[in-house]
Amino acid sequence: MLRIQGLKAKIGDREILHGLDLAVNAGEVHAIMGPNGSGKSTLASVLAGREVVEVTAGTVTFDGQDLLALPAEKRAAAGLFLGFQYPVEIPGVANLYFLRTALNAVRRARGQEELDAMDFLALAKEKLKLVKWDQSFVQRAVNEGFSGGEKKKNEILQMAVLEPRLAILDEIDSGLDIDALKVVAGGVNALRAKDRATILVTHYQRLLDHVKPDVVHVMAAGRIVKSGGPELAHELERSGYEQLAPPRGEARAP
Amino acid sequence: MSQDAIRELTEQRYKYGFVTEIEADQAPPGLSEEIIRLISAKKGEPEFLLQWRLKAYRHWLTMVEPRWAAVKYAPIDYQKIVYYSAPRPKKQLGSLDEVDPELKRAFEKLGIPLAEQARLAGVAVDAVFDSVSVATTYKGKLAEKGIVFCSFSEAVKDHPDLVERWLGSVVPAGDNFFAALNSAVFSDGSFVYVPRGVRCPMELSTYFRINAENTGQFERTLIVADEGSYVSYLEGCTAPMRDENQLHAAVVELVALPGAEIKYSTVQNWYPGDAEGRGGIFNFVTKRAKAMERAKISWTQVETGSAITWKYPSCILQGDDSVGEFYSVALANHRQQADTGTKMIHIGKRTRSTIVSKGISAGRGQNTYRGLVRMQKGATGARNHSQCDSLLIGDECGAHTFPYIEVKNPTGQVEHEATTSRIAEDQLFYCRQRGLSEEDAVSMIVNGFARRVLKELPMEFAVEAQKLLGMSLEGSVG
Repeated sequence: MLRIQGLKAKIGDREILHGLDLAVNAGEVHAIMGPNGSGKSTLASVLAGREVVEVTAGTVTFDGQDLLALPAEKRAAAGLFLGFQYPVEIPGVANLYFLRTALNAVRRARGQEELDAMDFLALAKEKLKLVKWDQSFVQRAVNEGFSGGEKKKNEILQMAVLEPRLAILDEIDSGLDIDALKVVAGGVNALRAKDRATILVTHYQRLLDHVKPDVVHVMAAGRIVKSGGPELAHELERSGYEQLAPPRGEARAP
Repeated sequence: MSQDAIRELTEQRYKYGFVTEIEADQAPPGLSEEIIRLISAKKGEPEFLLQWRLKAYRHWLTMVEPRWAAVKYAPIDYQKIVYYSAPRPKKQLGSLDEVDPELKRAFEKLGIPLAEQARLAGVAVDAVFDSVSVATTYKGKLAEKGIVFCSFSEAVKDHPDLVERWLGSVVPAGDNFFAALNSAVFSDGSFVYVPRGVRCPMELSTYFRINAENTGQFERTLIVADEGSYVSYLEGCTAPMRDENQLHAAVVELVALPGAEIKYSTVQNWYPGDAEGRGGIFNFVTKRAKAMERAKISWTQVETGSAITWKYPSCILQGDDSVGEFYSVALANHRQQADTGTKMIHIGKRTRSTIVSKGISAGRGQNTYRGLVRMQKGATGARNHSQCDSLLIGDECGAHTFPYIEVKNPTGQVEHEATTSRIAEDQLFYCRQRGLSEEDAVSMIVNGFARRVLKELPMEFAVEAQKLLGMSLEGSVG
């Protein structure tokens, strides 16, 4: 489904991804782990089409099409979803309205019929159960005055409504208490399906106790340095990243 | 206007031709007592009105154009303006296909129904006649309740006593340079009188005051709500309005007698000029309301048009316990300049006022909020709350806030809050990642910013105004 080859990217003058390879197949859940500054979030940004990150080499295909050629909104329409590490506030815009506009934009781009307010409300009610919210949350402005945990749950709610083919969740587990973590994990598991894939970007093993990954990758200094099964995450938890990740200077050498 | 009148008009066009008639019935450019006498005579006005116009004119001669607003424009030559031309129908087109494609695109984006598109663009189709019949039913309903809603000229003919009593009672003839000019030469406008205790059953809209003629550049509106009555009035429309006259100086006076309530909503979308600001309308408007005991005035405005906007809808809270509200969204894109705000003059005891101003600047637009809150000596226990927010899009625009506060009574309470923010790259990216185009994202963020004001607008107006804000910002990002 997703194929990344030799990806290099920079922000300003600083190269952050130094030739990254990754393949994700439909039906799989991948976890990408690694220390701060290893480029995990930059990878997520590149895939979602954030313009501050400049791709200098490599290719990315999504279902066979050139992902890098598409603007961010087209990637969303193609079924790519990014769960933000720091979800943004949009004052004065009701969550429900935002969600419906987003869903209809995506449906329109896919040639599907738009949902009217009534049909959408029915859908939203169903999806709210996933994050154990009542309707008051969707009447509030997007993320405005939300706690850290509420913002992350809102990302999961959006994902559940948009039903992406590939979800990239960037540190969706950071700042969550154990109850919120379970809700978030439940949302991710609910979306697991044969024709979908998920990439979890995370520091910690604890999310992976609730969402069992098929493949675990270790990222360091802008590359994937090791891949393995779920046991790799446990190994990292015990021994830390130091052993697996070569020193940064070395990785950067040509 | 009746069906007969319309037929007459149409026939007239065919009989005499169109162009020559205008030529014959237009005053030479320039302003003098003679011209004012001509205007008054042509309109068959009573003596009091002629004297009122002349007084305004003589006062105007002693005045200088105000220069304190934060707007820049080339000097206006008042002797080059034509102050009288005969009422005439808008130029009519054969079908919608003849309409300027730019205008049509705007109509479609705003979601204006076909029949109304035709009417707005001046297409001679049945739709125009449909709206006449709608207007007739509408007028009948109002007449049942004793409500007067007509053009200013009609009011001068049919209700001269009401006009004489209230005209200039809120904005005196010599109030300010532009108001004095308007008082001397005003062409036409609207008049509303709501009798004691009557609640006007529908929104009064200029749309339904069928007025085939151009009201022109010097419009005059007077609304009187008698004791305990209620009226909601809608001015303007979201469709782009073009006019060959660059200078517009309108006056609006509202009188709310004890216990009455007037809600006045405006959407102003005059031609703002091209991206370099050439050819846009100069809009110098004086709007003021007087509220007697327990009366309430609510101004709501969405200002997206004009090259220059100079406008301060104000409330004189004269009666005890009267209430004034001002809700404003002003948008300045490209080279537009907006200097707008309000004045809340607290005279009566326990008077209350609320100001919510949302300024949006994009391109090289300059947006200024200028507001006065004054609490007179006798205004015991008066309160005001002001909220002025500015939103910047891009880095070449400007937002300015000038709040003036004068409190002469120690019991008065004045609160002022102000914020300035910018549409952030991360907000846009967040929306785009969810599938929204950049334009839709900007539009959504701006509408969220303006929400508190937009929700004061009547429902259908609010929906159109929302789309209008998005449209006015097209191409302002990226």
